[in-house]
Amino acid sequence: MTHVPGYRRPYPGTQPNHLHPPYASSIKRSPKQPLVYMPHTLSEVTGPVFGDESVDVKASDLTRQHSGDPVGPRIIVSGRVLDENSRPVPNALIEIWQANSAGRYLHKVDQHNAPLDPNFSGSGHTLTDSEGRYRFVTIRPGEYPWRNHYNAWRPAHIHFSLFGPAFATRLVTQMYFPGDPLIPFDPVFNCTADEKARNRLISLYDWENTIPEHALGYRFDIILAGRDSTPWEDRRSDGVK
Amino acid sequence: MSLQATTSQTVGPYFSIGFTRLKKDNLAASGVSGQRITIAGRVLDGDGEGVPDAMLEVWQANCHGKYAHAEDKQDKPLDPNFQGYGRVLTDTSGAFRFTTIKPGPVPGPDGKPQAPHVVVSFFCRGLMRRLVTRIYFPDDPTNAGDFVLNLVEPARRRTLIAKKFAGADGNLEWNVILQGANETVFFDTGL
Repeated sequence: MTHVPGYRRPYPGTQPNHLHPPYASSIKRSPKQPLVYMPHTLSEVTGPVFGDESVDVKASDLTRQHSGDPVGPRIIVSGRVLDENSRPVPNALIEIWQANSAGRYLHKVDQHNAPLDPNFSGSGHTLTDSEGRYRFVTIRPGEYPWRNHYNAWRPAHIHFSLFGPAFATRLVTQMYFPGDPLIPFDPVFNCTADEKARNRLISLYDWENTIPEHALGYRFDIILAGRDSTPWEDRRSDGVK
Repeated sequence: MSLQATTSQTVGPYFSIGFTRLKKDNLAASGVSGQRITIAGRVLDGDGEGVPDAMLEVWQANCHGKYAHAEDKQDKPLDPNFQGYGRVLTDTSGAFRFTTIKPGPVPGPDGKPQAPHVVVSFFCRGLMRRLVTRIYFPDDPTNAGDFVLNLVEPARRRTLIAKKFAGADGNLEWNVILQGANETVFFDTGL
C-alpha cells in the first residue's frame, strides 16, 4: 500500500524548461533554484474527479452560447486523449479558451484594437467519452499582436487544460493550426527543444470530421503521462529507498 | 512503442476565461468534517512584485487522511461533502485565499505516514509549465519526519510550512515566492 507506482517522467527535451528567455515573462517568474526531485506518493497518483454533474453538455459548442452566430469560420476540433501507454483516458475534463476570430479575448487585460464579438465568449469544456474521445465546435481564433518583442504576433491557437486521472497527469497546453506562417517565429511554440514534440502541438486538417457546407475539421490528440510499470525505487541509482 | 506526453504550454494572461467556472475557494462547506483553516498569501515575482495573473490548484485528503479517489484503498472513511479540490486565481495585487480543513495524514513511500499537507499546482503567465509545491502546517510534530520535507535542504523547508497569523486562530499565511532569497521550494514530479 505504501509503495505506489508513479507516473512516467517526460523524455528529455519534450517538455519546456521553466526559464525560456525569448519568452520575456519567464525571466522574472521562473524559479532559479533547481526543482527538488520527489517520487510520486498517494498524493500525486490521486486527483480531483469531475463527473457528468460538473459538466454542461452545451459547453462543447462555443458557437451556440449566445443568441446569434459568432463571426468567423466555424471549425470542429476533435481528437482523443490517450496516456503514454496508448490507453484511452475516459472521463477526462477538458477546458478550452481562445480569442475570437478578430484575435481579441473577452478579458479586461486584452486591449488589442480589434472588435469583441457579442456572440462569442471563447470558453468551453467537455468530458472525454469511454474511448477518450472529445469534440468541440468553435470558430477559428485570430492571430493577435503581443509585446514580447518588436512586431510580435501569436499564431492562432486554442488553450487546452486537462486533469486526467491524477495530480501527476495535469496538463495545460495550446493547439495550433497547420500552415500558420507565424508558428516558426513564436517563442511560446518554440520553447520546447524537441522538434517532433513541438510539432505535435499543431493540429491536423481532418477531412473525415469536416462537415460539408458547414465547418472545417481539425484533429488534435493529446497524450497524458502514463503509469510507470516499475516502482520508482527500482530505478534510483543513489540508494535512496 | 510508447507515446510521449504532450508538450506543456503557458496558460498566458487570459486563462480566467477558461478557469473561472471551476473556481473554488471554499473546500470546507457546511457538513465537512475537520478543523477549518484559511490559507492566504501572495505570489511574488523576482522583483518582489505581486503576480496578478496566477492560478493555484490544491488537492488534499479529508480530515481522516483519505483521498476522494479510487486509487486510495485505505480503510478510512470518505466524507461525502468533501472532494479535496480547490482553484483560486490571484487578484490585482497577487493575493489569494482559500478555506479548507486540515487534512489527515496519508501514507508515504517509506512506510511512515506523511505529515498533513496540501499539494499545489501553480500556473501563471510566464511559466511554460506548472510548478508543483506543497503546503504543510505549522507546529505539526510529524513535519520533522516527513519523507518529502526531508528531501529538501533544511534551510528551505520553511518555505513549505504555512505560518500562523498572530492572534487569528485557524488563519495561516503561505506565499509563493518565485525567485530570490526566500524562493519557494518547487518539486520535480514530472510534468
